[in-house]
Formats: sequence, C-alpha cells, structure tokens
Amino acid sequence: MAIAAQSSPERAGVPLLEARHVSKTYGAEGSTVLVLKDVDLQIREGEFIALLGPSGSGKSTLLRVLAGLTPASSGEVLSHGAPLRGTNPNVAMVFQSFALLPWLTVVENVELGLLPKGLTPDDRRKRAEQAVELIGLHGFEGAYPREISGGMKQRVGFARALVVEPELLMLDEPFSALDVLVADTLRRELVELWQEHRIPTRAILMVTHNIDEAVRMADRLIVFKADPGTIRAQCAGLPRPDRDSKDAAHNDLVDRIYQVMVNPKADAVQILAGAEALEAVVTPGGHSIPTVPVSHLTGFVHRLDALGGREDLHDLARDLPMEADELLPMVDAANLLHLVELVQGDVVLTSEGRRFAEADIAERKAIFRHQALANVEILQRIVALLEKAPHHRVTEDGLLDALEKKFSPVEARRKLNTAIRWGRYADLFTYDDDRGEFRAVIPPPGAEVAATRP
Amino acid sequence: MAQVYVRAPTKTRSSARFRAPLWIDALVFIAFIGLAYGLVGAASRWARPLTPNGSIDLSPWSLPRYAGLSTMRMAIAYILSLVFSIAYARIAVANRRAERVMIPILDILQSVPILSFLPGVVLALVALFPHSQIGLELAAIVLIFTSQAWNLAFSFHQSLTTIPKELSDAATIYRLNFWQRFTRLELPFGTIPLVWNSMMSWAGGWFFLMAAEQLTLGKQSFQLPGLGSYLQVAANAGNTGALLLGLGTLIVVIVLMDRFVWRPLIAWSDRFKVESTAGAAAPESLVLRELGRSRLINWIGRHVALPLGQRLDRILGQGPARSGAGETAAVPGERQAFRRVAGWLLLGLAGLALLLAIVDALRLFVQVTPGEWGQIGVAAGATLLRAAIALALAVLWTVPVGVAIGFSPKWSQRAQPLVQIFASIPALAIFPALLVFFLKIPGGLNIASVALMLLGTQWYVLFNVIAGTMAIPEDLREAAVVYKLRGWRRWRFLIIPAIFPFLLTGMITATGGAWNASIVSEYVTFGGHTYTTVGLGATIASSAGSGRYALLLAATVTMAAVVVTVNRLFWRRLYRIAEQRYHLD
Repeated sequence: MAIAAQSSPERAGVPLLEARHVSKTYGAEGSTVLVLKDVDLQIREGEFIALLGPSGSGKSTLLRVLAGLTPASSGEVLSHGAPLRGTNPNVAMVFQSFALLPWLTVVENVELGLLPKGLTPDDRRKRAEQAVELIGLHGFEGAYPREISGGMKQRVGFARALVVEPELLMLDEPFSALDVLVADTLRRELVELWQEHRIPTRAILMVTHNIDEAVRMADRLIVFKADPGTIRAQCAGLPRPDRDSKDAAHNDLVDRIYQVMVNPKADAVQILAGAEALEAVVTPGGHSIPTVPVSHLTGFVHRLDALGGREDLHDLARDLPMEADELLPMVDAANLLHLVELVQGDVVLTSEGRRFAEADIAERKAIFRHQALANVEILQRIVALLEKAPHHRVTEDGLLDALEKKFSPVEARRKLNTAIRWGRYADLFTYDDDRGEFRAVIPPPGAEVAATRP
Repeated sequence: MAQVYVRAPTKTRSSARFRAPLWIDALVFIAFIGLAYGLVGAASRWARPLTPNGSIDLSPWSLPRYAGLSTMRMAIAYILSLVFSIAYARIAVANRRAERVMIPILDILQSVPILSFLPGVVLALVALFPHSQIGLELAAIVLIFTSQAWNLAFSFHQSLTTIPKELSDAATIYRLNFWQRFTRLELPFGTIPLVWNSMMSWAGGWFFLMAAEQLTLGKQSFQLPGLGSYLQVAANAGNTGALLLGLGTLIVVIVLMDRFVWRPLIAWSDRFKVESTAGAAAPESLVLRELGRSRLINWIGRHVALPLGQRLDRILGQGPARSGAGETAAVPGERQAFRRVAGWLLLGLAGLALLLAIVDALRLFVQVTPGEWGQIGVAAGATLLRAAIALALAVLWTVPVGVAIGFSPKWSQRAQPLVQIFASIPALAIFPALLVFFLKIPGGLNIASVALMLLGTQWYVLFNVIAGTMAIPEDLREAAVVYKLRGWRRWRFLIIPAIFPFLLTGMITATGGAWNASIVSEYVTFGGHTYTTVGLGATIASSAGSGRYALLLAATVTMAAVVVTVNRLFWRRLYRIAEQRYHLD
C-alpha cells in the first residue's frame, strides 16, 4: 500500500542521524567516480533500517559517511541536528569480514571499543566478559580468532559493537560471509535482542543485498540504485511480529523488490506500492503530486467522513471497496493536502479535512485552494513563476523538463496534467491547451470573497 | 541464547608453566649478569683516550671479548635504526604531504652505497672527538645504522599502508587514539616483516662492521677492537691459524644469534600473522619455549613489565581519537591549521639545511679540476663494468642452483637456514684470505675485487631465486607437466617469468652490495704495500687517505649519482615490467 509517509507524531523530533543532499565522489582530478548522488536519509529512534541495493550502489559508502569514517564530498551529515565532525561517537559497526585483530583473544577484541573510555582494566574486562556471555560465547574468552569459526567470529564482532552501548548500530553486510544456517541463527538472535530491548541501542542501520533478510529484519527499507548511487524508494511500515517466510504477503513483497532491483529502470514506487506488506512507500525527494482527479479526492474524503473520520488503512480498502492500487494514490493526495493524516496505520481526517467534507462547493474550492497552495510544491512553483513572468504567462516546457528529470516522460506528463487540473479547480491559474501555456488568473473584482458565491 | 558452543580442548600456551627446571632460571640469571657486565665494560672503554693504532691481540683468548664488542656495536646500531624507522614510517603515513618527500628521500638514501661515505664519516667524527674512542665507535654505529634504517623504514611503511581497510575502519570507529591504534593495530601488523627485515639487515650489517672496524686512510689507520680488525690484522700478519679461528668465532656468533635471537623471534611473531584459519605447522623455537617457562622471566613479566605497560597504556590512552592514514574524517579546524603550519615550518627548515649543504658542497666541487673529473668518469665506468661482471656471474650460477633447490621441498627446507647463515658471513672477513692468494697474480686485484663483489652478494640472489621458485603455484607446475613443457620451453614459459620479479629484487640488492664492495676492494693496503686499480672505489679510498677532500666529495657524489641513475632508469623500468607482466595473482 503506497502512501506518502509523513513523520508520525511519536517519531517527531530531531533525528538521531541525518544525511542531507549527501554526495560522494572518489578519485583524483581526471578520473572521478560519483558513488553517491544527493542522498537524503533520516534515522529516528526505534527504527531498524535496511539499505538494500545492488553492488556499486554506494550503500556501504553511505554507511561510512554516516559513521564519519569518510567525509561527504558535498551535502552534510547531522548528528542530533548538529553537523558531524570526525568519527561519529554514537556509532558502533559490525563488518562483513568480522575485522577482528588476529593477535588479540576474543575478550581482548571485545574490549577494543572500551579502551578509549577511561575505565580501569578490571572494569573493562568485566564488561567485555558480560558481552561475550550475552552473545553466547561463554568459555571462549581466551581463544584467538583463528581458532573459532566464522559464525563465532561475527558474534565477537557483535559483542564488540554492543559492549560500547552504542546509540546507533551499523551493520555492513554482517551475515553475507556466513553460511546459511549460521546466518539464520544470528539474524534471529539479533532481532530478539533488539525487540526485547536487551540492548540499549536506539536504532539499527543495516546494509545488505539479501532481500529476504532485509524484509525479515527491518521495519524500513531503502532501495538504492547504482551509477550513481541514489535512493529509488523508501518503504516503511513492514510489520514484524507476524513475519513468516511462508506468508504470502512477505513473498509478494520480496518478489516486488526483486523485480525492482533486477530492472534499474522500473518505477520502483509503483511496483512497491502494490505490496500488501508495506505501510508506505515514499519517493525520493518527497511529495510529488499524485495523479488523482479532484472529484475522486472529494468523494474519498466524504466517504471517510461518513465512516467516522478514522479508519484502518486495510479496512478502508475493504470497505470502500477499492483496490489497493486505486486507494493509495488517493490517500497519498489527501495526505499531501493535509486533509487526512496517517497515525499508526490508520487514516484520520484532519480538521481541514472535516471542514472540506462538510463544506459546500464554493467553500470546498476555497479550502482546496488554500491547502494546495500551502502543500503542493509544483503548484507553488507555477504560481511563483507566473507572478514574475512577462505578461504573467509561462509555457509548460520548463516544468515538464524538471519533472522528466525525476520521472519517465509519460509519468511526468501525467503529473503535469494533474497539476493543471488541480490548479484550474482551485482557480490558481488558467491554462491554454493549444499553446501549452499557463496564465495567471486576473481576479474579477470581489472574487476573492469566493465563499459568498452561491 | 539459542546456540551453545562447546570449546574443543586446544593446546594452550601455558602448559606446564611453572615446572621449568631450575637450571633454565640459572642460565637466564647468568645471562643477565653477563650482559650487564659487558655493557658497563664497554661504556668504560669508550671513555678511554683515542688509540687509533690500537694493538690487536691475536691470541685466541681475546676472541670472546672482540666478538662481544662487535656484537654490541651491531646491537646498538640496530636498536637505533629500529626506533628511527618506526618513527619515520609512522610520521610519513600520518602526513600525506610529508610522505611525498620522505619516501623518495628514503629511496635515494637506500641506493647510495654506504661505504662511499665511510671515510668521510670517520674523519668527521674523529675530528669531533679527538681525545676519546667515542668518535670511532660512533662512526661504526652510524655506518651500521645507515645500512639498516632505510630498509626497516621501508618495510614498516609498507606494512602501514597495507593494513586491511576493515581493521583500520574498526580502529577508527571504536575511536582508538594514537597510542592505542599504534600498539594494538599498527605495530602488531608490521611485526613479521620487521623481524624478517631485521634478520636481513643484521646480515648486511656484519659486512659494514667489518669494514668499519679496520680502516686505513692513507697514512692514518683507524682500528676498533673487534672481530673485523682481528681478521684484518691476522691476514696482514700472515697468521692463518688466527685467521681461521677468527672466522670460526664469527660463524659461531652468527649461529648463536640465529638460534637464540632470530628463531625465537620468528616463532613469537607468528601470532601476528593475519590469517583466518590455523594454518600449517607454525614455526617453533625451543629457546622461546624454554624461556617462556622460566620462572624468573615470568616473575619479571608479571610484576614489572605488565604493571608498567598498563600504566603507560593508561597515560597514553587518554589522547583524542585518531583515524589512520589517508582519507580521514574531518579534523577540527584549529588542529588542522596548526598541523599545516608545523608541516610547512619543518619543510622550510629541512630545505634550508639542504640548501646550506649544497652550497658548501659546491664550494668544494669547484676545486676539482676537469682532468680529475675525467678520471672520475673513467673510474666510474671501470667499477660499473666490474659490478656488471660480478652480477652476471652471480646470476649464472644462482639461477640454476636456486631453481633446483626451490623445486625440491626437501632441499629447500634445508637450504633456507644455510643460505641465511652464508649470507650473514661477511665476505669482507674472508677477503684478506683472498688477497693473499690473488695478489700474486698480475691484475689480481681486479679479480679479487670482482670476487669480493660476487661473494658478498650472490646469496641475496640465490635466496630470492629460491623464494621465487617456491612461490610458483602448484597448478602452474602441473600444467607444465601435463602439456609436456620440458627443457628450454619450461624455462622460457614457466620458470623465468615466474621468478623474474624475485630475481629482480635480488639483483637490485646485489648491485648495491657490489658498489659497497668496490670501495674496500679496489684500494687495499696489505702486508705493508698498497695495491690499487682503476675504479671509483679506489678513487674514494685513496682521496680519503691522502686528504684530498674535494676529490673525495666529487667521487662520492658521482658514485651515488651513478647508482641512483642506474636504479631509476634501468631497474625501475624492469620492475614495472615485472609487476605488470609477471605478477602471479
């Protein structure tokens, strides 16, 4: 189910870690490689985020930029709202190839993160031993890495990360070097530790190329594309407790993600939107106008009002009745206009939405115009352009070009058409079909007081 | 937790820890006392007035004393070079800009033949300390230092730059500060190459020690009590018995060092191997094992070394978090500015010093007449020719023998320690014996010179050829058998390309050694006469002896320039070809 996600109330506040327009280039002058382009990402408390994508999509690079291991070439990284300088002190990392120092024993390796903390050697040793017990390697404290198996080595990696009680745990393909059964066990144990709050970690960021793993463990998926690495889609709201590999919804989602990853040119958002297992899919760059006619929107809001103003998303689809593919853009549009809100999986009518539902035609137009101008970026842009343009006329070419940068030509055209329709309905401008030109509305005298029109 | 692991009983390192027999402790104790006594004795000797023509006692009873003195000089120089090279490499890695200057400097320094400035160094230091023995001792130590330091610095630098990225990232992410990073990651990672390079450096060091202990510059003759001068004096006096005894002592010292220092070190450093699984038989050392069981050493370790180490760790562990080399995350602004200023300042100072030195040198240069320059040119050509011949001869015999040894597992195992010992025996020790023989033949000094070059350097080539042959992957060898590649074809398509990089390394080291050998072999004072032949080494030695410093400087610089040029133009190119075409990876 695809809805433009908005930060729900309980997740409001400053994100733990944020990437803003982060780009990363490698190489010297002459032969540079753009690994990441304009990536925006927010990590909030309580989230388990999986970065999914093919190799070369820059996900490990993004992880390292967020951890402060390497600086971004442009854009910034904010830790608790403040720009990050140097290594991120709130982060611990688990590596794909374990990264254990071969000349230190298990417990000494686990202690590594505690060294800079200024504890006495006894304290350090005690804490390290507790961590070793937590991940199930009691008795192996004195073993050297070459004496233990891969799965055990990664446990040591986890112990080392967890013993410093990091706020943010970063995992760089932690299970890809392990054999299937061992990896399974470790995954399950990690999720257990996370869900039962046995570790003080507040958020987990995991890089993986294993779709199944990502869907199984995370509650937010970010799908990357390569060359240059950018975000194709962000999916939120994966339900976790009832995830079972035999579950049809799970398999369906995995299939869709597979489709998306296999075909770099496919419309990720559209494909993923159809997955039942998801709560929301966001396009990168946020809220572009959903292609929904105003009449449908109006009808939807009415129905929601009739149902009491609050309804579970899935139930709504069943009650209306509508296909998910139809409902979601609608909810998306209503959300964008702030006529409804998404709260814990429920669609809730806002106060504006309620007024909208109960208004007459003129008032509805006014409310729509007000909401559209406040929230829909493309309409804002058209109005601004018209104000400054000579004779207050603007051709659609520039706008179409801008849209085509993010969407396929067909999709871009559709979005522009929707914008035209909405704008006309809201009396924001007029449009000349033949010339493909927007024109500013010359308000008839007294027309602003639209509410008085019968 | 879901998983339960049961630990298989492994061979722990502390088996039978404290059941070591008492005599080991007694030995260790005696060794401590002996060492202390030796150090005090040596220190007192240094303060004594300068006796350049000090008498060397040829009786066998003085041999242990001379051996001890020589070893002590080597040890001091080695410790200095170790500390220097670790510091140098670490600084180079921490500062990108500095690295761009520091590493090429190291490269050039490594190419310059050390013995070419031995006369200069000795004269300078003796002039600095005219009244005590220290000047001579320092000269010897400086010489050995220069033969070891660059090599070790390169080795550590290479280790630092090849630390696996994930280990480096882990150290950065967990905010290890400089000291913690250094002791937990960088030093352990670089230990194994350092140990091997130290072994090789010692082998080369003996050679230079022999040259430094007995030096005749014209009328002046400088002598340090030690094995080198013992051998020289014995040869001069025609005392074959003493000569053989002296050689024997040298061999004994080398073998003892091998058993009691190098083998244990190699066994101990095995723990720093970066390998994911327990490999095949790890090197073992009886000495290491027994030392590990000694009560005395354990007591010292637990009650002295460990607390000291922990306190040091705690104090130094309080610095700010640092990241490693190369691409570091942003460093706070002021610190970066400070570093940059400091870097430029240092560079400026170094540049100034260099400028002053060059100006000084130029002043001396102008004193050299064109005729003399011509002589230098001819001499350079002559020595170059000799070095080339020596190299050709070396390659001619070492390649077939080395390949044969390398292909046979039985022989390669036996040959390795043998070759190492042979390489350690300084050819210079045998040189006097050679002279006795060759000087009787006309043109003999030429041959003796080539022979010395050959003797000193063929082991490096052999060693590398064996290593290269052993490194040929098994499946390539099997393919050769299956496709019936025999005789010349096998050589052309399999062996030569495979060992080419290794051969190259060996040859580069060998030529360096050959140039050094030329300085002590082209101009010799033996049995009261002075023999000389046309060559750059002769020019250097004779001009140092007769006090013609301008000529000395000119010849030294020429030699350095020739070696560096040949290195860059010839060897470097070959090396690049070796890396591109013949890299087996």
